[in-house]
Amino acid sequence: MKQLRFWMLAPARVWMALFFAAPLLIVVAYSLLTRGDYGGVEQPTTLENFTRLFDPLYGAILLRSLVIAIVATAFCLLLGFPMALFISRSGRRKNLYLQLVTLPFWTSFLVRTYAWLFLLRDTGLINTLLIKAGIVSSPLPLLYNNGAVLLGLVYGYLPFMVLPLYATIERMEPALLEAAADLGARPFAALRRVTLPLALPGMFAGSVLVFIPCMGAYLTPDLLGGGKTVMAGNLIQNQFTTARDWPFGSAVSLMLMAINMLLLLPMMRRSEDVL
Amino acid sequence: MMIAQMQAILELRNVVKDFPSHRAVDDISLTLEAGRFYSLLGASGCGKTTTLRLIAGFEKPTSGEILLNGTRVNDVPPYRRNVSTVFQSYALFPHLTVEKNIAFGLEQRGERSFSGKVEQAIEMVRLSGKSKRLPAELSGGEKQRVALARSLVLEPSILLLDEPLAALDLKLRREMRAELKAMQQRTGITFLFVTHDQEEALAMSDEIAIMHRGKIEQTGPPREVYRKPATRFVAGFLGAMNWIGDAGVRPEALRIARNGSEYRSTARVEQSLFLGNAVHVLLKLESGESATAELTGAEADFRTGELVHVNWSSADEMRFPR
Amino acid sequence: MKRGLSLYAAVAFAFLYVPLFVLVVFSFNQSRFTIWTGFSLDWYRAVFANTEMAEATWNSVVIAVTSSALSAVIGTLAAYGIWKRRSPLLTGSLYLSLVTPEIVTGISLLAFFQLVFRVVHLTLGLYTVVLAHVAFSIAYVAIVVTARLRTLDPSLEEAAMDLGATPWRAFWRVTLPALAPGIIAAALLALIVSFDDYVITSLVAGVDSETLPMVIYAIARRGANPTINAVSTLIVVGFGALIIISERVRQR
Repeated sequence: MKQLRFWMLAPARVWMALFFAAPLLIVVAYSLLTRGDYGGVEQPTTLENFTRLFDPLYGAILLRSLVIAIVATAFCLLLGFPMALFISRSGRRKNLYLQLVTLPFWTSFLVRTYAWLFLLRDTGLINTLLIKAGIVSSPLPLLYNNGAVLLGLVYGYLPFMVLPLYATIERMEPALLEAAADLGARPFAALRRVTLPLALPGMFAGSVLVFIPCMGAYLTPDLLGGGKTVMAGNLIQNQFTTARDWPFGSAVSLMLMAINMLLLLPMMRRSEDVL
Repeated sequence: MMIAQMQAILELRNVVKDFPSHRAVDDISLTLEAGRFYSLLGASGCGKTTTLRLIAGFEKPTSGEILLNGTRVNDVPPYRRNVSTVFQSYALFPHLTVEKNIAFGLEQRGERSFSGKVEQAIEMVRLSGKSKRLPAELSGGEKQRVALARSLVLEPSILLLDEPLAALDLKLRREMRAELKAMQQRTGITFLFVTHDQEEALAMSDEIAIMHRGKIEQTGPPREVYRKPATRFVAGFLGAMNWIGDAGVRPEALRIARNGSEYRSTARVEQSLFLGNAVHVLLKLESGESATAELTGAEADFRTGELVHVNWSSADEMRFPR
Repeated sequence: MKRGLSLYAAVAFAFLYVPLFVLVVFSFNQSRFTIWTGFSLDWYRAVFANTEMAEATWNSVVIAVTSSALSAVIGTLAAYGIWKRRSPLLTGSLYLSLVTPEIVTGISLLAFFQLVFRVVHLTLGLYTVVLAHVAFSIAYVAIVVTARLRTLDPSLEEAAMDLGATPWRAFWRVTLPALAPGIIAAALLALIVSFDDYVITSLVAGVDSETLPMVIYAIARRGANPTINAVSTLIVVGFGALIIISERVRQR
């Protein structure tokens, strides 16, 4: 029986070692090297790539990524909680609503990001309608700013927040709310003092699930943010393609992962077994 | 003795099983002869299930030997032992019909034409007509019979049963006891029945082994272990026991009278419980100890608070070293 | 409060669906601008006439099917192996792969392949994309299958072995059939994620191995184009159908 288990785990182990671990180790190695003239990597090992991260130019990008990710997560929490609450209270239609929430997520992410492009452009639907209705005379710059990126991210990852929240709320004994009412709590108070605290693990789980992709976002800031390097993901991609500075790109990547793990570890512990 | 050993279908010699947290089986030795109904009796946690799993091959002994038909099987995996298990949860394969469940072991052996055997097995457990049903469509009792058929059709050397009646309600349990006993006698296969229900063990077995904290306290036929318990634990575990002074007396051995000429103690009646076929009278003896008397027949009508005379015969006393 | 919630939910669902709805509606618009001039299937015709898109779609399909099949097998075996007895190293690397941003996975693989190609003399192509996709899909599959494994009765496999089945046969004949719906759902998930992937694919695809998202991205970059609306609608319908099928299968 031990033999069987060994062979069953072998393919996954080989694959992860070769196509996940080894590449990451190479990135770690590159982050300590210097950029070559023709875009490769060269010998002198250095910590310069990491000190460059504190350069105001790059620091700003990292900071912006952090802020956008945190704000997006916060919005998802604010918007997602009432949705999860609604679904858990919709009796027989629970499954239907649950599927309705997740269905958009399962269609192409690229398509959904493009949809906002279509809506927010100067010649997009929103501006066209506003101009036609006479509300504005010239198109509003809805696109190519942090707000548009935020919108795209919240839109993309909202279901990731709703699902774990729903799961946690569902697990609550219905008798708890009945007990609260029996003891004199009105619906809002019961929500605040019973449901909300008990939904905390779900909130942590959802935050983890939203924060990670937001922090490392590439497509959304690229299509909706304008400019070349709105967020860390764009910076990294840039360094590995046009700028051809692989060591620096590697350093940014590691910094990104470090930030993720630092913020996530405490959160993952508090999300109990929702994840 | 020599002949008995040659017929021994299972032998456990000084078997120990350690888990990281505790020692589950503590140096037990057991011999089972072919064709008899054995029970392994004990409270939960006493090591009886572990012992069963050691025999089936799901656990390996830390030390000691397990011999099946004289051959050492310590290192033989479960699928190569001629031992079959009826699991507590029945473990019927949910995606296979009754027929296919029963045929499973035969298929694994590579047998080609076994439909006759399968049909026979289905008939033996009285499930004819339900062969194409899925487990989800069966009742608890029916599932158990499929599990039995599935194991018996392989004609194992030993059939291991892990508390198979635990999930059934009382009436069904009592019916199944008689059926299982009859099945064992009919097929002649050695049964090893694990249970915590002493009534079951007493009713069905040719021989009982009582386990406590990983050790076997006593083995013997039901009448023997009941009337001549070897240890204090066995005495208290099988049936009920009153401990008066340093002697143990069974409730059915106590006699109560309002004005007895001979008596060992006076007592005050605390409660009188009517159980249908018997009455249990809870007494407070003059020594301050509590005792329960079991009375059958019309004599029993004592009321709370009455003062009575209690008597028993010295022959019914059981004493054990402390 | 119930009415407030219902109202809010209505708005929230609208928020989720209106952008997609708009996209679909305007794929049938005659004009290329956002003023409705009439119903037309021109843009769909353009999609089907576009050979670059056709090739890219074919590539995407090949990659998606191959990588999802491979990751379904590898992921299921991994989940089962870990379920039998823990493997902290493998579990750790699987979790890490979930936490690693796509862009980082992508560049790390690019660096890896470039290094390997110095020795092996190959180039990027469809196969490198498949290798990459499997790497990040294994974790998804493993999670779904692990969740399913936890609902199984462990004594079923023991019963099978007790009846003479070797551990492999017990897995094959008893556990695998029970896992089947979960595996199919996970494979479908991997299929859709692979088909839709842009970031990692764009980094490790060869010159001749464009995928549909790459083509869409290139067009979108140049400005809005109703051809994309049409392609998007087709993708949404396609994925939507696959998901509904997956849910049906999973209910079993």
